[in-house]
Amino acid sequence: MAEPFLSIQHVRKSYGSNTVVQDFSLDVEPGEFVSFLGPSGCGKTTVLRMVAGFEEPSAGKIVVAGKDITRLKPNQRNVGMVFQAYALFPNLTVAQNIAFGLKVAGMSKADADKRVAEMLDMIKLPQMADRYPYQLSGGQQQRIALARAIAPKPKLLLLDEPLSALDAKVRVSLREEIRSIQKKLGITTIFVTHDQEEALSISDRIAVMYGGKAEQVATPFEIYNRPATKFVANFVGTLNVLEGKVTDAASGKVQVDTQEVSLKGKLNGSKSGDTLSLALRPEAISLGLQPGRDSSLSGEISEVHFLGSVIRVRVGIGGNTVSLDTFNSPATPPPAVGEKAEISFSSSDMLVLH
Amino acid sequence: MKSGKFWAWVVFVVGAAYFFIPLMATVEFSLRMRRGVHSFDAYQIVLGDPRFQSTFLYSVVAAVFTIILGVLIVVPAAYWIRLRLPQLRPVVEFITLLPLVIPAIVIVFGYIRMYGSNSPLPFLGSNMGANALLVIGYATLALPYMYRAVDTGLRTIDVRTLTEAAQILGAGWGTIIGRVILPNVLIAVLSGAFLTFAIVIGEFTMASLLNRPAFGPYLQNIGANRAYEPAALAIIAFAITWGCMSLIQILSRFAPKSANRPN
Repeated sequence: MAEPFLSIQHVRKSYGSNTVVQDFSLDVEPGEFVSFLGPSGCGKTTVLRMVAGFEEPSAGKIVVAGKDITRLKPNQRNVGMVFQAYALFPNLTVAQNIAFGLKVAGMSKADADKRVAEMLDMIKLPQMADRYPYQLSGGQQQRIALARAIAPKPKLLLLDEPLSALDAKVRVSLREEIRSIQKKLGITTIFVTHDQEEALSISDRIAVMYGGKAEQVATPFEIYNRPATKFVANFVGTLNVLEGKVTDAASGKVQVDTQEVSLKGKLNGSKSGDTLSLALRPEAISLGLQPGRDSSLSGEISEVHFLGSVIRVRVGIGGNTVSLDTFNSPATPPPAVGEKAEISFSSSDMLVLH
Repeated sequence: MKSGKFWAWVVFVVGAAYFFIPLMATVEFSLRMRRGVHSFDAYQIVLGDPRFQSTFLYSVVAAVFTIILGVLIVVPAAYWIRLRLPQLRPVVEFITLLPLVIPAIVIVFGYIRMYGSNSPLPFLGSNMGANALLVIGYATLALPYMYRAVDTGLRTIDVRTLTEAAQILGAGWGTIIGRVILPNVLIAVLSGAFLTFAIVIGEFTMASLLNRPAFGPYLQNIGANRAYEPAALAIIAFAITWGCMSLIQILSRFAPKSANRPN
């Protein structure tokens, strides 16, 4: 395996007796886009700020390109950062904002002007050079902030919830733009977000964090389809959790309510009589018996929500409720509350949460 | 007209009369030096007096140095308190208010005892030393105004994020204060500077007790010995103060606008 470009090694951060990051380790490959995903207070921003140098780790070290930067000041790290609040300098024009880091680095005016023009072309705002930040929309300001961060050619790009202050449409277009620029430049990037859709859509890998620890570090596909912990399963995507009891561990039989499903090969370590939490993504469930689905459960429809292109249906199975989406078909009337219903799924899609 | 509006106008007219009638009376009196006609004789005498010119120039120079000293002390201090020591803000605010509570005469007597020619720091042993002590004293007197003006300016910007943005781009503290913070609070600093200027121009106690040839003691001296010239001087001093206030208003229009607005 190649040498990691960024290596965060057993980092801990405490404020007095309050530990906000505990024993966090992560290796990031050159050019990789890694997202830190988690709820507020999980420590994701603190780890990012330690990489930036704004916070000093209480223990552990941070290595970039083989060099220990743990004790370096932020202005000695050659790291670019984009902030949630844009943080453009209000007294400077767009061009002066982008040129700020270049001037600090001692670049000549001619070279700096050339680089600023390149950056403005890259973010597709070449006509904005002489505007002031207050004359720009939020999306434009954040693109300028991205250009300013990238202009001095940093070794590492840190993005601290850069899309949170923007409206939904701009958020989607800007995240795609960020990813495309990152790929083009091949710059190693850490992206902090609490929005799972953002993280899933643009990351090479995601570190899902909770309580100051990384619960799972994996590709978006693995995080979504093979969550390592109950927290990851619940936090990422919508999940139906059913309580089940192992009736026959050897043959993988589990009882849900009064019905039985077979989960052969998935009950590693469980004994007959154990209680389990079983999880199913809504998209893995179909209403009615479907070919190719080896398991089914029957229940009663408790709620129906018409959402336009899809209809969200909730089915009560004993004490459990399962949520699933079906496509709206003008020829078929939506199911009615109180109807008996059969749901089917592949046992291989069922997750056993420990 | 509603009765509320009527009484509002009454209060406004009474207030305006209270303010403007003495002012107009002073202006009118200052124009009566030549018997029987209105003239600017008093103004000509005052403006032509070499002592007016020298004392006024002295006070202007003292004001400029006071402003520079005030900015050098207050801007980094207020910035650092906002950035790193917000818990100290109430203490610092209290300290900056002390010059309003402690009379200038107390401060200057303290200076005379502390910095006399026999003390280890004999500021009063030379003219330059006494001038420096006067500027230091003026900076103390102006502290409540300068600190509040700068602190208000800092409140309008996101000090922490702008600092971090500049730091991560490679800037050191000098660049951050000089190129990011100061330009964004420049209008607030100028407000503090003009208030300082207005205080220094008319200050009497410190200049008199430190025996400095400033404008304040000159005003007092003229007032004690002449009839029409003090009125002309009062109007001139008033015009200078109002000029400073107007400049604050004009300059505040050029303040950098906040970039933090929703999309």
